[in-house]
Amino acid sequence: MEEKKLLIDGRRLDGRAPNELRPVKLKVGVLKRADGSAYIEMGDNKILVAVYGPQELHPRHQQQPETAVLRCRYNMAPFSVVDRKRPGLDRRSVEISKVVREALEPVLFLNLYPRSVIDLYIEVLQADAGTRVAGVTACSLALADAGIPIRDLVAGVSVGKVDGTLILDLNAEEDQYGEADMPVTMTGRDKRITLLQMDGHLTREEFRRALQLAAEGCERLYELQKQALREKYASAPKEVTG
Amino acid sequence: MIEKQRILSLLKREPLLKLLEQGRRVDGRAPDQYRPLSIEKRVIKSAEGSALVRLGDTTVLAGAKPKKMPPFPDSPEEGALIVGAELRPLASPTFEPGPPDENSIELARVVDRGLRESKCIDFRELCIEAGKEVWVIYVDVHVLDHGGNLIDASMLASIAALLDMRGPEDPAWKKEFSLKFKPVSVTIAKLGNSLLVDPCLEEEEVMDARLTFCVREDGVISAIQKGGSGYFESGEILRAEELAFACAEKLRRML
Repeated sequence: MEEKKLLIDGRRLDGRAPNELRPVKLKVGVLKRADGSAYIEMGDNKILVAVYGPQELHPRHQQQPETAVLRCRYNMAPFSVVDRKRPGLDRRSVEISKVVREALEPVLFLNLYPRSVIDLYIEVLQADAGTRVAGVTACSLALADAGIPIRDLVAGVSVGKVDGTLILDLNAEEDQYGEADMPVTMTGRDKRITLLQMDGHLTREEFRRALQLAAEGCERLYELQKQALREKYASAPKEVTG
Repeated sequence: MIEKQRILSLLKREPLLKLLEQGRRVDGRAPDQYRPLSIEKRVIKSAEGSALVRLGDTTVLAGAKPKKMPPFPDSPEEGALIVGAELRPLASPTFEPGPPDENSIELARVVDRGLRESKCIDFRELCIEAGKEVWVIYVDVHVLDHGGNLIDASMLASIAALLDMRGPEDPAWKKEFSLKFKPVSVTIAKLGNSLLVDPCLEEEEVMDARLTFCVREDGVISAIQKGGSGYFESGEILRAEELAFACAEKLRRML
């Protein structure tokens, strides 16, 4: 792979400091038909998330007598990347759907809804690296919007390494030319790690610092999540009485 | 059938947790102890490289086969690695025939990242003619008996099959193929408050979550994967990483 300088005088090509998040925009309740929904922009990522359920699970042989099932479908729009993505499930989206589901299961009370299903749909409309973690951040808002009880919110961010420096929230260019990509999701209050992956090269010491850096990023995202929820419900129309 | 097994395994969680309180695992191992491991290379004549791994009750067979292909357009001077994994129905009553499910896809992709990101293969050495033809190495993992911890067993089988690989009878295979590193993976299960290296099937069925580290001999981590419906505290992750590094060296000596 060609060499590319991604850090100049301690600044990244988009002007950020190594530990700086991209601009984040969160919106709760953006779809009419879904039971809950949320929208996230994180850098040039644009991701829409919907929750349906809990509702009866079909086909019925998949029903679990003691718990609900969480189903998750991560999908990239064909136009979300520069080279058109062939529509439909590929191996990458199957794996991402699995790790995203496992990132959210720890905060749900699935045993409250035996024989049911909660469906989560993540639609990546424009991709700029870190889509799975941004998806998780939006999913936990959509779950809250659907009124589904959760123990905690979950937020996520990737940590990468460019030119030997650890950086927070890498964008597509940094992902492509960087030396590592470590997506992490964490619960807001208890700081529990619910998703952790990595590929690339990290020494043990770098790994420890990367985990710390991810935690700081998740903490900031958690504040933005709470703010987005407050905005939505502060502006909710009052019930007309009398 | 599958549902019945799931409930039965949940019932097994409490006794396993009780045992762990006394510092004992269900099969008598210490928390940081790997199961007996054997690696047998060159077991399949029709594959250029192959290895059979037995890890406790788990059996995994991997075959490595190079094939001449046109290169990917974005890397005209590089060969490629393609990892596949199949959870064959003969290996477990819970495996079903049909297209690969999320578990086999995750398994293949974790092994793929563990190998690829370790840079154990220099893909430029696999170039035959730039832009025209390169060697693509297919590593196919066949799970034959599912006794738990398929990731580590598959990773060991894959790297052993690559170490075993001879060139095909083809003048285009110019160089001796050699690996630059020997990455191995170590998986740690979280069960209650315990961290257990190399979970067996009974532990896997009731664990909260698992964490896999793929590590190189020079101490570089090349891939990490968390799986399962539970979570890790950050302290648990750091402890798991210590356990993984303590185990990795022993595993590598078996290759």
